[in-house]
Amino acid sequence: MKATNIKDPEYFHKVVDCQYACPAHTPVPEYIRLIAAEKYTEAFMINWESNVFPGILGRTCDRPCEPACRRGRVEEEPVAICRLKRVAADNKGEVKHLMPKIPKEKNGKKIALIGGGPASLTVARDLAPLGYEIHLYDEWKKGGGMMRTQIPAFRLPETVLDEEVDYILDMGIHTHFNTYVKSMKEILEKDYDAIFVGTGAPKGRDLSIPGREEGDENIHIGIDFLAGVAFEHIKKVGKKVIVLGGGNTAMDCCRTSRRLGGKEVTVVVRSPFKDMKASPWEIEDAQREDIPIFNNMPPKEFVVENGKLKGVLFGKVRAEYDENGKRTLIPTDEPDVFIECDDVMIAIGQDNAFPWIERDIGLELGKWDLPVLNKETFQSTIPKVFFGGDAAFGPENIITAVAHGHQAAISIHKFCQGRNVSDRPLPMTNLVSQKMGIHEWIYDSPVVDDMRYKVPHESNAVALKDRLVEVELGFDEDLGFKEAQRCLNCDVQTVFNTSRCIECDACVDICPTSCITFTNNGEEEEIRVRLNAPAENLTQDLYVSDLLPTTRVMVKDEDVCLHCGLCAERCPTAAWDMQKYLYNVTKAEQC
Amino acid sequence: MTYVRPNFRHPGLPKNKVGFAKADYEGKISTLCAGCGHDSISGAIVQACFEMSILPHQLAKLSGIGCSSKTPTYFLDNSHGFNSVHGRMPSIATGAYMANRDLIYLGVSGDGDTASIGMGQFVHSIRKNMNMVYIVMNNGCYGLTKGQDSATADFGSVNKAGEKNVFPAIDLVGMAMELEATFVGRSFSGDKEQLVPMIKAAMSHPGFAFIDVISPCVTFNNNKGSTKSYDFVREHMEATSTIDFVPHKDEITVSYIEGQSAYVTLHDGSVIHLSKLSPHWYPQDRKSAINRLQEAKAKGEVLTGLLYIDTNSKDLHELQRTVKKPLNSLREEELCPGSQVLKRINEEYR
Repeated sequence: MKATNIKDPEYFHKVVDCQYACPAHTPVPEYIRLIAAEKYTEAFMINWESNVFPGILGRTCDRPCEPACRRGRVEEEPVAICRLKRVAADNKGEVKHLMPKIPKEKNGKKIALIGGGPASLTVARDLAPLGYEIHLYDEWKKGGGMMRTQIPAFRLPETVLDEEVDYILDMGIHTHFNTYVKSMKEILEKDYDAIFVGTGAPKGRDLSIPGREEGDENIHIGIDFLAGVAFEHIKKVGKKVIVLGGGNTAMDCCRTSRRLGGKEVTVVVRSPFKDMKASPWEIEDAQREDIPIFNNMPPKEFVVENGKLKGVLFGKVRAEYDENGKRTLIPTDEPDVFIECDDVMIAIGQDNAFPWIERDIGLELGKWDLPVLNKETFQSTIPKVFFGGDAAFGPENIITAVAHGHQAAISIHKFCQGRNVSDRPLPMTNLVSQKMGIHEWIYDSPVVDDMRYKVPHESNAVALKDRLVEVELGFDEDLGFKEAQRCLNCDVQTVFNTSRCIECDACVDICPTSCITFTNNGEEEEIRVRLNAPAENLTQDLYVSDLLPTTRVMVKDEDVCLHCGLCAERCPTAAWDMQKYLYNVTKAEQC
Repeated sequence: MTYVRPNFRHPGLPKNKVGFAKADYEGKISTLCAGCGHDSISGAIVQACFEMSILPHQLAKLSGIGCSSKTPTYFLDNSHGFNSVHGRMPSIATGAYMANRDLIYLGVSGDGDTASIGMGQFVHSIRKNMNMVYIVMNNGCYGLTKGQDSATADFGSVNKAGEKNVFPAIDLVGMAMELEATFVGRSFSGDKEQLVPMIKAAMSHPGFAFIDVISPCVTFNNNKGSTKSYDFVREHMEATSTIDFVPHKDEITVSYIEGQSAYVTLHDGSVIHLSKLSPHWYPQDRKSAINRLQEAKAKGEVLTGLLYIDTNSKDLHELQRTVKKPLNSLREEELCPGSQVLKRINEEYR
């Protein structure tokens, strides 16, 4: 193998699994350390700069970081990264003075943002401080997009949402609420220098089975129901409710129903449990509220009698998978099941919808009616129109929308300055030794044994009475500290200096997880099996040194390194050093 | 050093034949200097015991005083241990060995503990051929008292203060050979590929197995001009042969070049395989080993590897014709013949 090029900014980035997995690449270990040090404001600001909505994401993020967390590979569960983010948001001090100043004198460029969700707000956050005049359009009366309309208040209190949306709107954004943009043509005709479309995936999928029309009065589209509840157009539901679908929207619908008068709320999924799209913790929360979930039951008919919905008839199936993992649902011989209900919510997915974009203006829409975009720049076939969030590549999540927003903001900035949009900035990186003394590091190197702490919940008795009562209470400072200590500090890198090594084996002997081997060089595939511990996780790199005096090389398997620093402490010549790697995605203001 | 070693281990580590992972043979975190050769030897002992599938409670580790003699704390936490008086480890080992012949005895000593204060005990333990492994962690200096030259420091070797040693060195390997030790080897802490199989072979040898391991003192004797530094040993190391140890239940799968290799079969059916042999050296011929040792010494080479093995070794219990059952487990009914027998014996003298 070739010696590893640690100058490649992505090499050490990949070692910080959580940050690498995060679409916005938030420097997770950095803010977790700040939380442990009770520096909540600083931790909040690191988040705010990277993901814009720490308090919101600390409650609602899809947390791609957690399955990636290295801790999950050495013990049962990853660090509760998402809920630690909330600890920072809950305990922060005054932050407004730390946010960028908005220049009074504008730069003369006008930007339109269509849709007031996370993607648009991120673009606004990045461009307003640069002097752009920003106009934000949204059909609802307040900003936040799906964060407001689709996430129930018992998961995300309105105060938290308002606060973080307002940090951005207060940057002098011209808001045009209650304004549904009907025509892209009209917007293009206005004097905007660039237009950003962040309209999400606003169309809930319907289910056309017998009885759909007849029962329409009591059959609701999930996301429309949630929006209706959020804006208090819908205040109650029937006693018996069926929710169709197995995603997070279905979980939100059933839990909301429990709070609006639903006594017997049932979720029915047409496929097996294990294929449910909802996050495991959302399923858990629903079950905790006494909501049964039935699987392998596709709906056949909405049963309507005398113009009134009586219930839903379900078939029974079993799933079979072919060698490619493709699933087929095969009906079983079991009799159909009828479940009585007063209301039905259909939460079986959502789609993009651009009925307001004329098809003759040169803006190309491709497969599934999604816009044709450059994947890096988010630029559409009309150069001054950019897309982001769910509107760009279909439904994803908030953190992905934020990541898109940052990139689109760079594109818009470059576009408006007449620069090459395709010329993308490199990340900002920094690598600094953490050594303080023979036994001492700047970071807290000991690895604690603690298992993941549970976030305390409000009791059902209280929570189910009022849809505005937040269910998760969050970690308090003490639990937050303990959970933060579980972080392995994967951003503190083990950096090897070949010329200093005397091959004494001290690092090999001390390494608790047998990551380090001194061996003859070879091909990667073959080296992986002959290390001190087999390197079977192919997604994790091997760190290979240059040739040593004994003609061997040092090979370190990054997979389960605890970043405990013992290799560096044991090294008599400081050939190993622990160095903190900071990786920041470049934002528009640095371009 | 940090005194906290994380408790997590690599989840994919293999288990040995008795169901233990390597981590089960570890000890407390070492308090020796960073880069100390002794820690590598501890690592080799852990590796060898893991590979030999030793049941930890069937091994006793014994030591005297010194940096080397601290190391039993740093390996085999689940085994028996006795950290004795300076230079007196062989006495303790003898007592333990006589009482219970079923345990594996691993003695760890240093150059001071063996070649100075413990010399008297050392030579007699060789003579008696107890069934034990005796490892000397040899760094040529007194590391625990700031690095004065020890009795094994080579003549002319320069210490950290820049002074040349004016006394000739005691060559422990040569001495062991002279006293007809039945297993003699020398290795280097920085060469686990050689050291691990040698420890395994030594543990399988029924008798006194002596291994002199050169182990650089990274703090006091790793300077230029020292003959026990990492650099010097690496540059001057010359092995009698490479060594492989094949336990008796395993099949020999590797084929070796004819004429350049030798197999030594031990009493329990294990095989030591030696390849790329030194010319005119035969592992079971004491004279050739002594010659080879002298020759290397004259050339300024550090001769390592297995030097000599006597496959007909008879250990102390065999020489003393003691019972097979450990003495400490003999009960009153086995030890006391009863009043009838006593009466009869007494009658004979009347």
